[in-house]
Amino acid sequence: MDLRESPETQTFRAEVAGFVAARLPPDIRAKVLGFLRIERQDYVRWQRILNERGWGAPSWPREQGGTGWNARQRSLFEEECFVAGAPRQMPFGLSMVGPVLQAFGSEHQQKRFLPRILTMEDWWCQGYSEPGAGSDLASLTTRAERQDDVYIVNGQKTWTSFAHWANWIFCLVRTRASGKPQEGISFLLIDMTSPGVRVKPIRTLDEGADVNEVFLDDVAVPMANLVGEENRGWTIAKFLLGHERTTIAGIGTCKRLLVRLKELARSEPKRGRPLIEDPRFRDRIVKVEIDVRAHEWSLMRASSLEQAGKSIGAEASILKIRGSEIQQELSQLLMECAGPYAIPHLPEALNAEFAGETADGHGLNALAAQYLDLRKVSIYGGTNEVQKNLIARALLGSQP
Amino acid sequence: MNFSYSEEQQMLAETVMRWLAAETVVQRGFSPERWGELAELGLLGLNVDEDHGGLGATPVETLIVMQEFGRALFGQPFVSTAVVGAALLGNIGSAAQRDDMLPRIVNGSLRVALATLEPGARFDLADISTTAVRQGQSYVLNGRKAVVLHGDSAHVLIVCARTSGGQRDQDGLTLFLVDATAAGVTVRGSPTLDGQRAAEISLADVQVPLDSVLGEIGSGYVPLEWAVDRGIAALCAEAVGAMEKLMELTAEHLRTRKQFGQPIGRFQALQHRLADMQIAVEQARSMALQAAALIEHPQRNERRKALSAAKAMIGRSGHFVGQQAVQLHGGMGMTAELAVGNYFKRLTCIDMTWGNTDHHVELYGDLL
Repeated sequence: MDLRESPETQTFRAEVAGFVAARLPPDIRAKVLGFLRIERQDYVRWQRILNERGWGAPSWPREQGGTGWNARQRSLFEEECFVAGAPRQMPFGLSMVGPVLQAFGSEHQQKRFLPRILTMEDWWCQGYSEPGAGSDLASLTTRAERQDDVYIVNGQKTWTSFAHWANWIFCLVRTRASGKPQEGISFLLIDMTSPGVRVKPIRTLDEGADVNEVFLDDVAVPMANLVGEENRGWTIAKFLLGHERTTIAGIGTCKRLLVRLKELARSEPKRGRPLIEDPRFRDRIVKVEIDVRAHEWSLMRASSLEQAGKSIGAEASILKIRGSEIQQELSQLLMECAGPYAIPHLPEALNAEFAGETADGHGLNALAAQYLDLRKVSIYGGTNEVQKNLIARALLGSQP
Repeated sequence: MNFSYSEEQQMLAETVMRWLAAETVVQRGFSPERWGELAELGLLGLNVDEDHGGLGATPVETLIVMQEFGRALFGQPFVSTAVVGAALLGNIGSAAQRDDMLPRIVNGSLRVALATLEPGARFDLADISTTAVRQGQSYVLNGRKAVVLHGDSAHVLIVCARTSGGQRDQDGLTLFLVDATAAGVTVRGSPTLDGQRAAEISLADVQVPLDSVLGEIGSGYVPLEWAVDRGIAALCAEAVGAMEKLMELTAEHLRTRKQFGQPIGRFQALQHRLADMQIAVEQARSMALQAAALIEHPQRNERRKALSAAKAMIGRSGHFVGQQAVQLHGGMGMTAELAVGNYFKRLTCIDMTWGNTDHHVELYGDLL
């Protein structure tokens, strides 16, 4: 055990910070740090800037156009980008379908899709959850039936983030009705412009519409878009769950929110003094900062396991739970910084072009939307309750 | 950064583990036999440099040993003497003091205790009303020291006394090496909640020679705080060991205790409680590692923040894990018969040693 940060790590951190400071477009930074709405083109622009530098795919191997970075470098990269106000890199292509294609895809599929993920010429979305299949994903019922050389897909996906911006969706579909539910699932790539694909936005608590329902009615999908073997899609789904699990920690968001919280608590007044000097509020900031410190070190420990080629199980569940709880606590504290000025409801003020007046004069009402939106993090990616089941199973064995 | 034990570190952990496994009954109070064995194993020299017969090890080795001590509820005055005492002497002791005392710490013939905190001062290291007044070629000490950990088995007390300044000033504090048997020193020992020992100490016109001053006159606070941080790091590691053991005991209980015809570990309410405990232990472990990593940070504020963060977290986790372990053991958890209660009590005392969670949240806030 050697707990010193290596000089290489420090150099790496400085290199990333320097690049982001120089190349992140100021308009995008302002949106991200102001909790304003980020447009499709903003994500694409930043991804292309990173890709030009060779940093388009932090988790991919070099031969596929990735960086070849280890887990620790990846989380440092995420942290530096996030704190500086960069938008997140969309995970659906880079962290989900990309690695799946690298592990299970045909050469043709890899050549066709991987380069377009790096440049975001394709925007991918994830067709997993269904109205009747949430935590119990294996009970999904969207079915794909073979007809000649195509699959005919019928069913409905839901909670599909950014489906309205996507031109491709990767789906888990049922290709066999008999036997164990897990053994009749396949992994299909579906062109969103195909006839029969319909996207309907879901209005969320924050008045945003990032998630959607996706209806699939007699959608014809070429057989060539099957990834891996038919009825082996569950293996792929499990592979994805076990892949770069440390990103689940959300360390970048935690760090960014914490920095922002301290800035705001210093600038917002209470009884003529900065809010941060109020002992009650200060203690809460301290507690969450301590939580972030612990979380960061837990992430470093998990990263070092991953680096040593060990798979992480309960560790990842703990990262998910703590990361989501910390983000939620931070978003609440941020909203409480705004106090009464978070009450006015001005969804239009979340657009960067908004030129009207807000109650406080500087846009604090965006913090309420952030608070509402982040309730999702303890629900998606396996609810925190499901994660606790997994932790308990690791401690007690599968059949206590 | 590398979190796996090196071969030597693995050997160290195993040596301590095997040695402690031989102990079947929790030792109450000071044990000369155990102390002799600690010396034989070389552990008393972990924080002493090689020139004085020690190992000159890194904070990681202390962390490894303390975790094993925590797992075994080892209650000997190791932290007082071999962590805080040795570090403080090594850091600010004069050449004569180091040459005289450090080899004796290593060979087990000298124990020291930190006599700093006072009645009414709670955890504040600067709240000192004990006075030291220069009289010719000596200082005369008067005052009282409260809950001096292992004070009744120590040969030498490291006493913090005021040589100038007001009651809570950080300036004006001086450290003295005081013979525990000197005239005017009264040591009243008692057991602690967790089966260790502490002492109330009064100093009535205690005369000490000038060369008993440790460090510089009036500048005792900074090194004292530094040394206590060393102790805090050690306690954090010990707490992690104790929590680890509580997790094992509790998981085993959930696997084997049957009610309603099945192991109680099948009930999800209990599974989630166990998961919450595990989360708390892992946060604590991360913070104990962070404490060990930053204890030697050259900037005081960086070190202080890491140590206060760790202690605050360990206090919170320790209470939670201890309380839930008792709860999940049901009525049996309330009995003195089970080890669970002993771990719970140790964790409770660790939180109240050198600053509880609230205290360290406050200190951290001052540096925010």
